[in-house]
Amino acid sequence: MKKYILNARAVCYAVALIVLLALPRLVTPYHLTLMESGLSLAIMALGLNLLLRYTGVLSFGHGAYFAAGAYAVGLLYMYLPDHFSFENAMLASLLVSAIISALFGLVCVRHTRVFFSILTLALSMLLFAVLEKAYHFTGGSDGIRIPIPTFFGYEFEGMRRFQFLCGPYYYIVVGIFAISSLVMLAIVNSPFGKALQSTRDNETRAEMIGVRVKRFRLYAFIISGTFSGLSGGVWSFVNGHITPEICNWVFSGEVVYMVLLGGFMIFEGPIVGAVAFTYLRLYAVAMTEYWMLIIGATLIFLVLALPGGITGGIFSLINRLKPKSA
Amino acid sequence: MLQVQQLQKSFGRFMVISDATFSVEKNEVVALLGPNGAGKTTLVNLISGHLRPDSGKILLDDRDITTAPAHVRIAMGIARNFQITQLFEELSVLDNVRNCIFSKERKSGRFFKPAGAYKGEKEEAMSILQTFNLDQFALDLAGALSEGDKKILDTAMAFALKAKFLLLDEPTSGVATSDKFKVMDTIISAIQKQGTATLIIEHDMDIVAEYTDRVMVLAEGRILADGAASEVMENKEVKETLFGVSD
Repeated sequence: MKKYILNARAVCYAVALIVLLALPRLVTPYHLTLMESGLSLAIMALGLNLLLRYTGVLSFGHGAYFAAGAYAVGLLYMYLPDHFSFENAMLASLLVSAIISALFGLVCVRHTRVFFSILTLALSMLLFAVLEKAYHFTGGSDGIRIPIPTFFGYEFEGMRRFQFLCGPYYYIVVGIFAISSLVMLAIVNSPFGKALQSTRDNETRAEMIGVRVKRFRLYAFIISGTFSGLSGGVWSFVNGHITPEICNWVFSGEVVYMVLLGGFMIFEGPIVGAVAFTYLRLYAVAMTEYWMLIIGATLIFLVLALPGGITGGIFSLINRLKPKSA
Repeated sequence: MLQVQQLQKSFGRFMVISDATFSVEKNEVVALLGPNGAGKTTLVNLISGHLRPDSGKILLDDRDITTAPAHVRIAMGIARNFQITQLFEELSVLDNVRNCIFSKERKSGRFFKPAGAYKGEKEEAMSILQTFNLDQFALDLAGALSEGDKKILDTAMAFALKAKFLLLDEPTSGVATSDKFKVMDTIISAIQKQGTATLIIEHDMDIVAEYTDRVMVLAEGRILADGAASEVMENKEVKETLFGVSD
């Protein structure tokens, strides 16, 4: 029975990957760039859910690590333009976001529940203030333009931004997204992932079987922050421009929303949520100027009628349709 | 093996443990008795590292562990259960036990390879579950077990840590009366196989008489009596504190 479920999951992954790779032939270039945005945000949503679902703490300041990753790319371009390439940009994203999340994490993991959430929120707003006020260093509220990078020495010469995004960059994003998802899946099922879940369920007992609770929570925080940083780095090329707004709590809240929309109890939930949110916002904005109202109403509907999110809803539907045998 | 010297602990102005001095040797099963509020659980908390004493010393194999953090004590071979069950309720019964094994083997920090791919640990966990008659629930969530089975799982987890010195805080409270002796049989035979020293807090005098080598009575934070069950039970002071008899 267990094997059967595992195989069903593997089949779904294969189908999803095929659909993603075939997408450029199926949808308009505009929708393709939206998908890129959704997939890069999905990496962050997965990172956030490592804390929410598997560690049992809710971060309301994950924009900070997303911004750390994106600004690592931006500052690399501003200050070391000779070394500006996609691979260096990704390394910078990973490194800077790991450092920032380690520093912030040291403060945050001493607490849980609402204290943890408030601390993450406060620290992210601190970074927001720095990014916005340090005009000469970060470009302030004007932000930084992110040009097309070279890719392992290959230059996309003569290619316009839109062509780059709809062509080679789409496959790069899919590749990074697929690898990150598999890495996260491995982490949550590893002994480390199980130990994390034990600290979530019962901190006292975890301590008393020899798990170093705060240290493990810090590791989770750093992994989560680094996923967010990678997400920010990948996304910065999609957007072509970064501003301090990505460090604001409003954006951090949107990511929490994505995770809830997709369903945080199921591993793939945040991925579904990030992509669904990207499209939901597009249609909401196209429909009305009060698009926030639609987002808000959806959230209320979600909490009241579908607390398991989209994937939770699908799973309970499958369970209901399944013939009741043994 | 384990020596406790002049241990003291107070909460605010209330002194819970005023002077505890005793030792437990290899292979020994010692019962700790005492009226409610005598400080029995506090003593377990102090030895396991859940609380720090105000003064006094705890030695394991002549090494001072008075201020050692819990994970160091566990690595050195101290394990405990909990009187009020403390499980990982949203993990499977198997994972509850397997996490203890990973922790003891210092594999809790390992990434990437799925927990299920560690075959040795899985077999070991399953054999512990079999010993405690929980193997049919291996894939159920721990939170879904009956209260009695939760209690047994709690003890099985302490057991999975392969301790040299085991602290059992009322391992049979909440277990159905008909199962109590069966559970104790399991625990004691496993303990004897490993040569574990054990301190058991227990209220059931039948169990104390049947399974323990020595009895200590804790009252008002100090050890009132220490010796063979038959002697201790005849002690007048013990009779007064434990049973309220003052003939």
